[in-house]
Amino acid sequence: MSQYLVLIYEDETAWANATEAEAGKILAEHGEFGERNRSSLSGGNALQPTSASTTIRRDSSGGFSVTDAPFAETKEALGGYYLIEANDLDEAIEVAKQVPAPFGGVEVRPIRTFD
Amino acid sequence: MDPGVVAAVADAHRREWAFVLAATVRVTGDINLGEECVQDAYARALSAWASAGVPANPGAWLTTVARRRALDLKRRDATARRAAPLLLDDDPTPGPDDQVGDRPDIDDDRLRLVFTCCHPALSPDARVALTLRLLCGLTTGEVARAFLVTESTMAARISRAKKKITAARIPYRVPDLAELPARVGAVLDVVHLLFTTGHSAPIGDDLVRRDLVERALDLTRMLRTLLPGDADVAGLLALILLTDARRDTRTDDDGRLLLLAEQDRARWDHAAIIEGVALVREALRRRPPGRFALMAAIAAVHDQAPHYTDTDWNEIVALYDLLVQLWPSPVVALNRAAALGLAHGPSAGLAALDALAEEPQLAGYAYLPAARADFLSRLGRTDQARLAYAEALLLTENTVERDFLTDRLAQLDR
Repeated sequence: MSQYLVLIYEDETAWANATEAEAGKILAEHGEFGERNRSSLSGGNALQPTSASTTIRRDSSGGFSVTDAPFAETKEALGGYYLIEANDLDEAIEVAKQVPAPFGGVEVRPIRTFD
Repeated sequence: MDPGVVAAVADAHRREWAFVLAATVRVTGDINLGEECVQDAYARALSAWASAGVPANPGAWLTTVARRRALDLKRRDATARRAAPLLLDDDPTPGPDDQVGDRPDIDDDRLRLVFTCCHPALSPDARVALTLRLLCGLTTGEVARAFLVTESTMAARISRAKKKITAARIPYRVPDLAELPARVGAVLDVVHLLFTTGHSAPIGDDLVRRDLVERALDLTRMLRTLLPGDADVAGLLALILLTDARRDTRTDDDGRLLLLAEQDRARWDHAAIIEGVALVREALRRRPPGRFALMAAIAAVHDQAPHYTDTDWNEIVALYDLLVQLWPSPVVALNRAAALGLAHGPSAGLAALDALAEEPQLAGYAYLPAARADFLSRLGRTDQARLAYAEALLLTENTVERDFLTDRLAQLDR
């Protein structure tokens, strides 16, 4: 068994503009996804929008720069994730295909292990 | 060294590499280690076959030796087991799990290797490189030369791809039935790209790179053996055979490009045409027909016309109409427009070509101005034809094609 992080990237403005009924429907789909894939799921969360994010980098003088921005400015931003277990990439992709992401898509990243 | 033995080993390399490697990787669980053991087996074959004679089944001999070496190394180095547990199959003898249910026709290790090399999670460049390296047994240097990049660039590309296979655990198995058609499609795209790269080399001094064309043909024949009922495989094999049947007549003795109208049809490969036509018929039985089957059918219409003037252009336009619906690519639309001009006259062809002038994908594609130039010259619009040939010349980097266009341009003034 390997672990994979399924990163959900979606257009934040589409989420912001969604009606309550639309948002509720997507949340219900996440609930169904969670039920259906309970055996593969090890964790997951929805994230606050990037407007709530803070980026911290070391600056050249050895101090820190703290900015009120996401790490990368992109149309589709990281909005949530699932941590899943799968035997191989094909199995992980099968689970990832079921993740509701109507305003974007998902990225599958293998979790790195250190011996 | 006995030249007969050297030839036998070279022949086994060409025919059996994928089979031996695929079976060995099942034991090693690791592609790099598998390659090492297989290379070692081929090296041993040189001396063993010189003293004991060439075995009746070289592939089985090589597989046994490579697997035995793999088991030795695994016993000696238990870390190999820890490092790459992914592809591991502890029992190298076929067991009940190895029967792919009701699909005994696709129970072959080579298929596992094909689907690993052509996995959609790998970049298209990496898929092609891995296919040549692992399925055809080309060295990294040979793969680099085929794609006109440096050996270090290609080595890095192959190494990145292998690392991804391990890190992301790209599986070593035949996809489920539901996934199979899409995954076979991805494999065929790789092989088709190899063929077109070889058939019409984008840059360089030769029009055709024989080595790539032959590798593509070998791979498609292998897929045909492994997936005998697949209409897309039959279609691609037909397409390669029917296109490559004209290989000896595409240029004259001086390497000058010859049009279909100028080629000596008696010198086409008629055995390949007969085989290709039978495969087209088989591939077209599936409804709706696939992309490769339609392309092959178009090639078959050309190949079966006794003279250029006998070409059934209406049939070709009808096939392009189907193809453009199934595969709405600007390049297909361009070929359809060119065929339309030959079926209904240069004005109709020119109008169809001009409708494609705004296609961004065709900007920079030399065949569009070249086809326009031809129709313009037939219509007696010589000045415009001259401009169009000049534009085409700016866009092609293949020496043979450049000479052809220069020649056509010169003929306008005669």
